[in-house]
Amino acid sequence: MMGLSLFSIAVLLLIGLVLFLYSLPTLRDNNTFHLFFTSSWKPFKGEFGFGAFIYSTLYVTFIAIVMAFPPALLCALYMSEYATSTVKRVFSPVIDLLSGIPPVIYGVWGTLTIVPVISEKLAPHFVDFSTGYSVLAGGVVLAIMILPLIVSILIEVFTAIPKGIREASLSLGATKWQTVKKVILKKSLTGIVATVVLAVSRAFGETIAVLMVCGNFTDIPQSVFDACYPLPALIANNYGEMMSIPGYESALMFAAFLLFIIIVIFNAGSRLVLYRIKKNSQS
Amino acid sequence: MIMKKLEEKIVKALMIFASVTILMVLLYILYIIISKGLPSLTWDMVSKNPSGGFYLGKEGGILNAILGSLMLIAGSVAISMCISLPIVLYINFIRKKDSRFSNVVRFSFDILFGIPSIVYGAFGFMIMIYFGLQASLLGGIIAVSLLIIPIMTRSIDEVAGSVTQDMIEAPKILGATKFETVKVIVRQISPGITTAILLSVGRGIGDAATVLFTAGYTDSIPVSPMQPAATLPLAIFFQLSSPIEEVQNRAYAAALILTIIILLLSFSTRYFGRKMSKSKL
Repeated sequence: MMGLSLFSIAVLLLIGLVLFLYSLPTLRDNNTFHLFFTSSWKPFKGEFGFGAFIYSTLYVTFIAIVMAFPPALLCALYMSEYATSTVKRVFSPVIDLLSGIPPVIYGVWGTLTIVPVISEKLAPHFVDFSTGYSVLAGGVVLAIMILPLIVSILIEVFTAIPKGIREASLSLGATKWQTVKKVILKKSLTGIVATVVLAVSRAFGETIAVLMVCGNFTDIPQSVFDACYPLPALIANNYGEMMSIPGYESALMFAAFLLFIIIVIFNAGSRLVLYRIKKNSQS
Repeated sequence: MIMKKLEEKIVKALMIFASVTILMVLLYILYIIISKGLPSLTWDMVSKNPSGGFYLGKEGGILNAILGSLMLIAGSVAISMCISLPIVLYINFIRKKDSRFSNVVRFSFDILFGIPSIVYGAFGFMIMIYFGLQASLLGGIIAVSLLIIPIMTRSIDEVAGSVTQDMIEAPKILGATKFETVKVIVRQISPGITTAILLSVGRGIGDAATVLFTAGYTDSIPVSPMQPAATLPLAIFFQLSSPIEEVQNRAYAAALILTIIILLLSFSTRYFGRKMSKSKL
């Protein structure tokens, strides 16, 4: 049983090790600077510049966080500070369902609604032409997907704040909103940052939904209406060919390794902060 | 003073607006999936395999994908249960609940939980190549197990944490062996185990990125674990990328089937969750 318990740690290390070993050839044959900052992607010539993919990943994630965070924060504050228990009971399945809907369904929904709206209604005001399969479409779909995660963790962070502190503020004559603004938000700042970091790491790795709406075009997107090509989509789209081109397999595994390392670091950091918050509230 | 009251009102209105918007987004997603999928959802869709010319819009259904997904998830849940349950029992009842070791294990599962399914898929694929395995039901089961073990462990662990010391000691005092004590505990947390299974099924059955590499895709129902297996998310994904309208419509119908499964799972999770809170666990 102890062996099994060590299984989790072993799997974590094993994934890192396997991906690292497979990506070694890419790291050896390419200048590290070129790998990260150039975007010439020519697998047949052995040129692997991840610039466009990394940029796309960051761009889509940025849009998703900017769109998801404000409503998620407002919703979480309402649920933890204002809502009656009936409202909470009615609303919690909403969050559960949103987080339970599979990525591929979000992808279908995105191609049916977001993509045509962007290409027909929104993009003509700004650019000459857009298919709708774009950075913005990816960002919107991703925003909805990470929203339930942000809401549920923020509610946990807010409820970890002791009741006494709220009552102290209220009894000094502060209104409820003043209490929220000056006490709750201030107190939970580290928790909020940790939540955002966790959401960012979730957004980095999302594959199918983003792949279905972002266009998958290997070039640096000039505007939010251009197609883009995030790292997970790159891996998912090319696994079929990767065995037939020398060096390609290693390059894709490097992409997976990159995702793995960044996500592990982000996750570990934010989880440690959230643990401490939970522990402090219990003692 | 008026400003104070006004600010309060505005912010509260904004909060309610944000919450209602989130609710509306969910309803809108469900509405689109249902209204698009329902017209193409026929009995043939769920009762037949794809026949010749299916991907050109001819006869057939996606029974292969539905059964493939069910086999895949059944195998994965069985494997991950055999790994998760002993771990949870060990870190809660054999070691102390809040010992350093238990917390390190919990922490590593939290990190595993955050790893995206595409990384599990790529990792599983590399392992399969190493052992010379083809894309198969077995490969898919292994990759999906890796994906759902963290979910299962975390959610059983949450329930196990609420078992009180009395409940562990009572059977011991009555002269029960360690094994019998474990049986009592497992029975106590069984509603929690049900919830954990439902959660894992929901996550595993809808995930496309893990099975994309590992399980492959086929038009027939797999009869051995070494054969490739079709899965629902991939059936949706592949059919949607077809230029033919009938095939795309089938993708919408398949999406509706998957959504119905997820809704049923979600409602049963709620039902069992409520049952558990009634028995004061």
